[in-house]
Parts: sequence; structure tokens; C-alpha cells
Amino acid sequence: MSQVTLVIDDVEVKADRGMTILQAAWNAGADVPTLCSHEKLAAYGACRLCTVEVIRGQQSQLVASCVCPVEDGLIVNTESEPVIRGRKMLLELLWARAPGVQALRKYGIKYGIAGVQAGTEYGVIPGISTAETKFDIGPTFCVLCGLCVRYCAEVKNRNAIGFIGRGTEREVVFFPEIAAKECPNCGEECYPLCPTGALPLHHALVKAQYSA
Amino acid sequence: MARLNSAAHLEKLRQLILDKNDGKRVVSVTNGTDGRTRHSEVVVQAFVNEVKKQGLAGKIVVKSTGCHGFCEQEPTALILPEAICYVTVKPEDVPEIVSQTLAKGKVIERLLYEDPVSGQRITKESEIPFYKSQNQTVLGNNRFLDMKKIDDYIALGGYSALAKALFEMTPERVIEEVKSSGLRGRGGAGFPTGVKWGFCRSAPGQPKYVIVNCDEGDPGAYMDRSLTEGNPHSVLEGLLIGAYAIGAHEGYIYVRAEYPLAVENLKTAIEQAEKYGLLGENILGSGFNFNVHIHRGAGAFVCGEETALIASLEGRIGEPRQRPPFPATSGLWGKPTNINNVETWATVPLIINRGARWFKNLGTQGSKGTKIFSLVGNLNNTGLVEVAMGIPLGDIIFKIGGGIPGGKEFKAVQTGGPSGGVIPRSLLDTPVDYEKLTQLGSIMGSGGMIVMDEDTCLVDVARYFLNFLAGESCGRCVPCREGIYQMLKILNRICEGNGREGDIESLEEIGQTVRDFSLCALGKTAPNPVLSTIRYFRDEYEAHIKEKRCPALACKELISYYIEPDKCQACLICLRECPAQAITGGKKITHVIDQSKCTKCGTCLEVCPPRFGAVTKLSGVKVPEPVRQGAAVTQK
Repeated sequence: MSQVTLVIDDVEVKADRGMTILQAAWNAGADVPTLCSHEKLAAYGACRLCTVEVIRGQQSQLVASCVCPVEDGLIVNTESEPVIRGRKMLLELLWARAPGVQALRKYGIKYGIAGVQAGTEYGVIPGISTAETKFDIGPTFCVLCGLCVRYCAEVKNRNAIGFIGRGTEREVVFFPEIAAKECPNCGEECYPLCPTGALPLHHALVKAQYSA
Repeated sequence: MARLNSAAHLEKLRQLILDKNDGKRVVSVTNGTDGRTRHSEVVVQAFVNEVKKQGLAGKIVVKSTGCHGFCEQEPTALILPEAICYVTVKPEDVPEIVSQTLAKGKVIERLLYEDPVSGQRITKESEIPFYKSQNQTVLGNNRFLDMKKIDDYIALGGYSALAKALFEMTPERVIEEVKSSGLRGRGGAGFPTGVKWGFCRSAPGQPKYVIVNCDEGDPGAYMDRSLTEGNPHSVLEGLLIGAYAIGAHEGYIYVRAEYPLAVENLKTAIEQAEKYGLLGENILGSGFNFNVHIHRGAGAFVCGEETALIASLEGRIGEPRQRPPFPATSGLWGKPTNINNVETWATVPLIINRGARWFKNLGTQGSKGTKIFSLVGNLNNTGLVEVAMGIPLGDIIFKIGGGIPGGKEFKAVQTGGPSGGVIPRSLLDTPVDYEKLTQLGSIMGSGGMIVMDEDTCLVDVARYFLNFLAGESCGRCVPCREGIYQMLKILNRICEGNGREGDIESLEEIGQTVRDFSLCALGKTAPNPVLSTIRYFRDEYEAHIKEKRCPALACKELISYYIEPDKCQACLICLRECPAQAITGGKKITHVIDQSKCTKCGTCLEVCPPRFGAVTKLSGVKVPEPVRQGAAVTQK
């Protein structure tokens, strides 16, 4: 396979053509955060945490590195000022949705988001107060990364989980008709994918429905 | 109907149609969706019946046309060739119009448009101030076309651009012509159309597809609807020319479900074009084949975004995906696909017929040709406006729109729909083109223009548009979904009087991230209404937050209604009309609003006789206590 040469964080690296900038950056040792990417799943580009600054000639652009292929001569900055600023904002926005969850805490500490100390290693904590976070909390404890939905569709080909609703109303649900039939045979393979730990709760709710 | 097998055959048909209608007087009645809200169908039927009744059937042609632009005055009846224009025509006016104007050419004074400024009656359509400064080229043909008759379109020279492209130009030549015309996408982003076509033509892969984007979702914008309803063949002809240039043999028209008349007229147009051999196999005997399908949207604003539109066409959830790859290389079912907006397609036949040079002479350095805007809001004249690019914003609002009614002051104009921004009075001399509007923090968008007067609170406007976007974001990517949610929360609390120090900065910070980090154009432009109102009207935000005052007296939670005791004549009108029974007082006893009962519906303000003007709105100040606490106050 042919290779391209690009610069990632001031270091010249080679990468296979067709590779994403995210893969190349990880190979180069860059610490690029993601919530929605998974090696077995097609790139999704939804969490936007992997956004990096890409310079082509004179033009600088912010792109989601998980859906952007490498090119010859690209200059990539994985931690430039606008990148850090945006990532911090995204984490703070997510923190308001899923305060205290471990996956966010890990990144939150690095990027210094407000209220990151107000949590425990067990993730979800009901007592967290808005006074400590940047945004008013509206906890759903799901960051809608879609790992479960896409794993069930792309890897298991079952479609027992899906999104419903649009915009800020979007949520993940198990479809009882399908879940009742498929989930018992699968062995809960989606559980460990969930970055917030909310998935087993969703499943418990629907299980109560279909086993009743 | 016979199939047309050559360009000469088309020309012959055109001559036949022209001869048949030669010397006949025509009455064009607007009967689009906007007219139908005022029962234009009844008016059209009345014309048909009355012409028959008065024995003029062979001499008069009644046309049921799409919108001519001046929607506010519809239904209008335009009498040709004299171009006499009657406005807000009612069925009972029809017998007189037929017997006087259509039969004898006499003008009926009372039905003419009355200029609200000069008070003069205006006979000719082109003399009406609303039309005077316009340059109607794309929309202009609506007035000559019966929506459902292909013959009318052919009589106007319709499909001659297609014939020219098929028989006199190579596909490359067509693309060159469109490129050199400088035409840019009319859907909002303004990408050069010819360049886009070129990408799709040279992209590897077969088959290729062309798509018409008629998923017009901006609140208050309806130029695509009016074009599709009134002149569906211009869209089809443009699409055919594009398909020929690109090398596509199949096309889709994606129409939003809320446009039933557009769908109906497109269906009719497609059937008629097929019968004439202008669609289907071996078009005009050229050997070029093309078929087109109509697809109805399901009510998602985001499906106007091209990748979401394609997902929806394929039967998947209408969600955008990351570009690249662009649809030109991988679009519908992974094949090279070219999507253009209705207005873009409808402009193409004009460019092919009149030449790139004609088009290039209109407009500014970077933005060529004309653009249709839907001019709505607090204006004397509202409707569809087609002007050459580069006209100052102020001219559109004051010369064409006739300024603000009721002696109010102009405050701001929102361009580009919910993803656009507001532009204040001080920038009204800005020439309208893609770059200029972007520099001001707004966008051209698809051409919505909402004019707001002094009574509009711009914080509330930002909240309104963001609320729309919160419901229409697909929810896939974090910045758009969560960012809009938090921004809306902050705006809500500001409007409700609970704004906090630092809220403006938070809005700016979130806005920047949403703009820079979102996946598609919906998210990237979503903060525009907020960022632009902060940019130009920061003091209003500050008044809301620091003084709990709404300077425009619009935010319900921040205002109180108050009856000024020395102006109140104790007439009992407001007291009786108040739906909350919040007003106390009596005959000869000054009325007082009980603030704890008041629902702020504004009825008292509306019904208080203007000569008293006793009811006012207060904001940011405490409502004065009644002169004496408790019961009745002043004896009148």
C-alpha cells in the first residue's frame, strides 16, 4: 500500500494511504480523545472530540480526524489553542448530560473542565450540584455516542437498539420486540462499549417490560 | 399531443401555439398556495364561468398562475397585454372585470393598487413601487404561465435552451458556459454551480444522478415553492440541461411534504413533458435519455442539507454525514451525484439561452445574476422579490418593501433564515451578495429576509430561531445537539429575567464551538442568530441581564402593563375586556391592573381608545402603586 508523508505535532510521519488522521495521530503517539470511535465500527464523526487543526498550504481548518483521510503534505496540530478550547467546551457540555461518568472524568481532568472533581470513581453520582459545573445539569447519563446502536447494527446485525427523537430530544432505546428476541442470545456484548454505564440501565428497563 | 422529434419540431409547435393565442386578451390570476389562502380558486373559476357566460370564450384566455411576487395583495388579476393589475380580487368583482376590462379594455379604478405613500391608484403592474426596483428574470415568467400548461411554457421559448444544449453544445461546453456565467448555488452555500457540475462529470462511477433540492424549510421563506408551483418546467428544463452536461440519466426531485401543490404541478409537468418527448427516451430525437422521480420529504429541516437529503432518499434516517466525500464523488447509493436548489436549476435555461455574458453583467464581482428573496415581517409590502445581486439591503426594505408600517422605526433584518444573522440599521447600505452578508455575520442562505421593527426584542428573536434549530438539529453530533440546548437554556433564562453575569460570554463561547466543531452546515451556522444579535445589540442583552429590562418591551416576563391614572377616563372598556379579570375600578373610578392576576396578554393596551392612550408597558421599573392603597381611587 502506498504511503503519504505528513506532519503531526511538528513530527514528520508516514502513514498508509486511506488511513484516517486519527489513526495516524495515535500511531504517532498523540493523545487525541474520542468517545464514538471503535475499531470494529465505521467512522461516525459524532462526538467531535477528535477534532484537530489541519493546515493545507495557507488554509487552516478544524476537522474531525476520525472521518478525515491522511493526505500528503498535511500539517496536523492535535493540540493547538482552538482545538483545546473547543474540546474543553464539548467536554463541559457532555459533563452536564452525564456528570461524573468515568470516561468523561478521564478527559475532563486533562482539559480542566469545571466540576470535574465533583464525582466519584463509580461514575454516576446523584448528588452533583450545578454550582460546581459550567452548565446547568440535565442528566440523562447517555452521551449518545451511538456505540451500542452501531455495534448492534453493524457487527451483530440485529438492530435491537436504536435512536429515537431528534435534536435535543434524541435518545437511545432498546426496541422491546427485537430486544426480547435477540438480546438474550447475544450475551450483552454492547455493555462494555458504553462509556457512561447507562446502557445496562436502559436494558434493565426494557427487560422488565418484555419479561413481565 | 404528438411526440417532438427534433428542435425544428419544437419550434413549429411553438409557432402553432403562438398563432392560436394571437390577439387574445389574457387574464392571469394568481392561484398558488399563497393566493389560495384567500380563495383564489373561486376567483379563477368565476373568471372561467363569466367569460363563458358573456360569450367571450374564444377571445379571452384565463390563466391560473403561480405567485407573481406581491403575495400580500393576492389574489391579483393581471390583464395582458395591457399589464393592468387588479389586486385583492374577489369573486364578486369578476363580472365587472370581464365586461369592462377584458371585453372593452376599460380600467376599473377601484380595483387598482393604491400606493400607501402617495395615495395614487396605479394601473400598470410594473409601475407599482413593489415591482419597480425589481429585476424579475427567474420568477418573472410566472405571470405568463398557467401552472398546469406546458404549452404556455413552450410559447415563452421553453425547452429551447434544452434543444440548444442537446444539438448545438457538447456537455463540456454547457459546463463551461455555466462556469463562466458565475452562477452560484442558490440554496445557501453559494458554491459555483459549473464547478460542481464539472466535479460530478469527471467523477468515476456510473450511473450518475442529479437531484433537485426543494426541501425549503426556513421559516418565512417560500421562493422555491413559488417557482416549483408556478413554473415547474423551468426547473425540469434546468435539470435536463444539467443531466446532459453531467452525463446523468436519472434524477430526483426532493419536495417537502408541506408543498402539495408543488408536487401536483410537478407531476402534471412531468406527464406533459413525457408526452411531448421532452423527458424519457430519445429526448427531442437527440438520443439522450432522462427520467425523473418525485420524492416527498417527511418534514425534517435538516434534510435540506445535501448528505441528509441523500440519506433520506435512500430510505435511511435523514442525518447528515461528514463531507468529504462530497456527493459529486459519492452521493446517492454511493454514485456521483449533483444536487442543486430549485432556483439554481431554474436559472440554468436562462443562462443557456441568453448566454453567460448576459448573466455576468448582472450582480457584483463575486455574486452574479439575480436572486429571489422572500421579504416578510414588519413591512408595508411583503412578498417575493427578485433583484440583481449587489442592490443595497436598504433599497430592498424601503424602496421595494415600502418601509415599516404604523410609523414605527426599522430595527433589524434577519437574512438567511434561522441559520442567518441579523443586520442593524447602520449597515443597510451594504450591497447584498454572498461575501458581504457573511462578513456581517449573517448568510445569504436561501434568501429569507425578515424585517423587524422597534417593537421586536432581539434577544427574543435569537431565542425563537434557536428554539427552531433545537427541534430541527438531528442530534447526531455533540456541539450542535448539546451546544444549542445549553444556549437555548441561557437565552430562555435571560428572557425570563433570570439572566446571570457572564451569560453573554457563555453564549459567545458555546457559539464559537458549535460553529467550529459541528458536523454539518446546520450546526456550523446555528449560532449565527445569537452571535450576530450579541454583536450588534449587546446592550439589549445587558439590559435584560443587569436591569431585568426588555428595551423593546416584548419579553413577557420582564414587562408589566400599567394604567396611567391621569390618562384613564374610567370608560370600562379594558375592565370588561380583560380575560383574566385583573382590572379593578368602575364607572368614574380610575382603573387599576392587579399585577398578581395579570397574564400580560396585552388586551387592555389594544382596546384602550387611542385618544386616551392610558395603558402603557413598563419594563425594568417598579409598577407605581395606586394613588391610595386598596379600593377605588380617583373620581372622574
